[in-house]
Amino acid sequence: MNFAITIPYLLDKVWIFPAIMAGSFLIILFFGKRLSERLTSGIGIVAVTACFVLSLVVAGQWIARVDHPPTGAEMAAQEAECGATPSEANAEDRASEDASDDGSTSVGSGDQGESEPAADTGSEEGSLPAVGVGPGESASAPPVETAAPAAASAEEGGEGEAVPPVCATFTWFQSGEREFGAGTLLDGLSAMMLFTVTLISMLVHWYSKEYLRDDRRFTHYYAFLSLFTASMLFYVLGTNTLQMLVGWELVGVCSFALIGHWWEERANTNAALKAFLTNRVGDVGLILGVIITFYAAGAKSFDIAWINEYALSPNASTGLLVVGALCLFAGVTSKSGQFPLHTWLPDAMAGPTPVSALIHAATMVVAGVYLIARLYPVFYSGLEIGSRGIHYVALIGGITCLVGASLAFVQQDLKKVLAYSTISQLGYMVMALGVGAWTAGVFHLFTHAMFKACLFLCAGSVSHACHHTFDMREMGGLHKKMKTTHICFIVSGLALAGIVPFAGFWSKDEILVGSYEGQGSPYTIMLVMGLITAFMTACYMGRAYYLTFRGEYRGHAHPHESPKLITVPLGILATLSAFVGFLNWPFYFPSAGLVHRFEHYVQPTFLFPPVEVAKFNPYIAVFSILLAVLGGVIGIGYFAKGRPLAGLTDRVAPLRWGYQFLENKLYLDKLYDGLGELMRGRIAAAMYWINMNIIDKVVVGAGVASRVAGGLVYRYVDQGIVDNVVNGSGAASESSGQFLRRSQTGKVQQYASLLFGGAVAFVVVLLITIRLASNV
Amino acid sequence: MLINQFLFLAAILFCIGVYGVLARKNGVMVLMSIELILNSVNINLVAFAALWGTRAPAVGTEATAATIGPVFALFVIAVAAAEVGVGLALILMLYRNRRSIDIDDLDLMKG
Repeated sequence: MNFAITIPYLLDKVWIFPAIMAGSFLIILFFGKRLSERLTSGIGIVAVTACFVLSLVVAGQWIARVDHPPTGAEMAAQEAECGATPSEANAEDRASEDASDDGSTSVGSGDQGESEPAADTGSEEGSLPAVGVGPGESASAPPVETAAPAAASAEEGGEGEAVPPVCATFTWFQSGEREFGAGTLLDGLSAMMLFTVTLISMLVHWYSKEYLRDDRRFTHYYAFLSLFTASMLFYVLGTNTLQMLVGWELVGVCSFALIGHWWEERANTNAALKAFLTNRVGDVGLILGVIITFYAAGAKSFDIAWINEYALSPNASTGLLVVGALCLFAGVTSKSGQFPLHTWLPDAMAGPTPVSALIHAATMVVAGVYLIARLYPVFYSGLEIGSRGIHYVALIGGITCLVGASLAFVQQDLKKVLAYSTISQLGYMVMALGVGAWTAGVFHLFTHAMFKACLFLCAGSVSHACHHTFDMREMGGLHKKMKTTHICFIVSGLALAGIVPFAGFWSKDEILVGSYEGQGSPYTIMLVMGLITAFMTACYMGRAYYLTFRGEYRGHAHPHESPKLITVPLGILATLSAFVGFLNWPFYFPSAGLVHRFEHYVQPTFLFPPVEVAKFNPYIAVFSILLAVLGGVIGIGYFAKGRPLAGLTDRVAPLRWGYQFLENKLYLDKLYDGLGELMRGRIAAAMYWINMNIIDKVVVGAGVASRVAGGLVYRYVDQGIVDNVVNGSGAASESSGQFLRRSQTGKVQQYASLLFGGAVAFVVVLLITIRLASNV
Repeated sequence: MLINQFLFLAAILFCIGVYGVLARKNGVMVLMSIELILNSVNINLVAFAALWGTRAPAVGTEATAATIGPVFALFVIAVAAAEVGVGLALILMLYRNRRSIDIDDLDLMKG
């Protein structure tokens, strides 16, 4: 707590994060061309490093806030600032939700507290303002009125456990009498994202200085790196869905620009366009989802807290929430590379490797996962997570896991292996959120950012050494020549494969246990999918590792260890991927104070559905480790010459067919291309015929008809009626003017006598009227 | 008190003034006639003030007609002085330009 006194309270001033990065972007954009590479990158590095340091402070202050939550009126005011109704409504709603599925053990704490306010007064008063369906009803009640009851409920009900986020908002725009705010929302989730984004971005800024040395568009690159960080932070900190939409599109643009960084090559521009256009498909869904949730929640506010509160209230419209959640999920599907819109992500590897690490592994692609986590009540209520309803999110996540992992097998390009692995891991996260294992999904997001960024940067380091190739057929045997990179790759690869002490194990295991225990009923299919994916992950990582670092060197370059600017970020990330898993240590050993810290600080306690957190399950843990080890052995053994597994896919026909199927990326690109081809071929021809013979005839006919009609109109209407009216009005005004000009003599005395006469006439009339009136 | 005499006087002055304004050709005479009109109004004001001032004021009215009337008259005198000043200046300029102050000649606005 000491530092909280000396350092200003940052939680409500987090707008400085995007502001710093945006400032860095503008400076680099306007002055970058005139500065040296050293200065340009220096600006970006200083800005992002400052952000990272500040994010540590923010994380510390958030932890302090969770440990010593605010009480009473202060908290009510903060709830109101976030757009939620600051009254018993929240407690009421959540209490009733808790009561409805009381059988399940509820989240950590707060259960004993929430049962109390449910019992006390004002039950119908509480349910009213939360929803506000009626169009005539005024906007949310002013905070002053309701602050007192909220404070009361907070004190008597022991609601102190529910820590509301810290919001700082201002009025963005007004429409009618509605005011739409913008600002920052900071809670455990956004603080975690803040830390992750600034950390990875900082390391990537360092790394890029070496990796992109003497690049043609060095300033352009750094400018976009800054802009990307700014918009990602803007997205993460947004307090309403509109802001998130803006941030979402901004990161999309940065992604586009950075994928196409080397646009001289056709393939790169194509990849950039593909990424951008595939994302557009989902973005339409996102916009629709934003609009639907806005109208569903009473068309009053885009605030996340408001929408979440509506989604959790018992009288929310399920139909609207289903449609809203599905539309939002379309956005997630494209941005987070979920099946079937994942195809852009491997192509996005055309961009520089640090960009792949930052944007296409650690941060931007998890924007979709973040969206689900942020608007979790919408998905929870809409898609009935935890009930026997639609398991859409979990199912798509599971399929994505499998698809990504199986496609990662057949890639010859190291970065593409990692790209498919990213898809697969994103599927894991989405699946975790879909089965209600919120913390597991978000925790995996966190650990995945570390080890996947590390893997990508390792791949970059390798390619830096091997003449800028990523083809694993030209690598091999690098373990002797690049010791640091080798060790970092092993550590982060083991983390990805989920081997026991490393970060990936803890988060992946939580997901598996989460789907095993489920919410009320187990999600067996998801568990099976997850286990298979765990096996395949280890397998393709073993393959990639073997091809890259073991065996004989097959390339023509002279590989060497990369300089410090590259290996230091690698080392930092590898260390983190080894240890961040302990943040959510599941055992009561060595002390109870260490258990599930990540969950304790990150999982929201305010406006959050009652998800059940699975306990650590040793059988699943051991089983998944065994699977992973087996997978790794098979992956390596496939290539070790003279072993029974070597070249299996060439010898066994079904495996060969499977291999081809995978090599063609499940024919999805072919399918999409085929659709395009069909459009161009038959359909285009048919369209052409229709165009020439029907549409053109119609157009020509319409032209002729309108010309004839125009002639008629000209002769009769225009010349006959309109012109005469116009001329007539002119003549009429001229003759009346000629008549009236006689009265304008210009003699003052005539005017005066007219004036006087008028006044006299007026007085006479007045007198007569008065006389008549008084007589009656 | 009877105020008929004052009102007759004022009415006669007013009529003379109106006649002068409407009929005289000489600009100065027109101005003087306007003065007559204004002063007839002044007589009215002062007469009514004297009339109502001798009676008991209505309940609740503090500023009575006895004070308001003369004050209005003073205002009118002041405004009339200013008006004559402007009017004579106009006529002076008119005379300089056209060597005539016959306002029948001033028909530049004839339509």
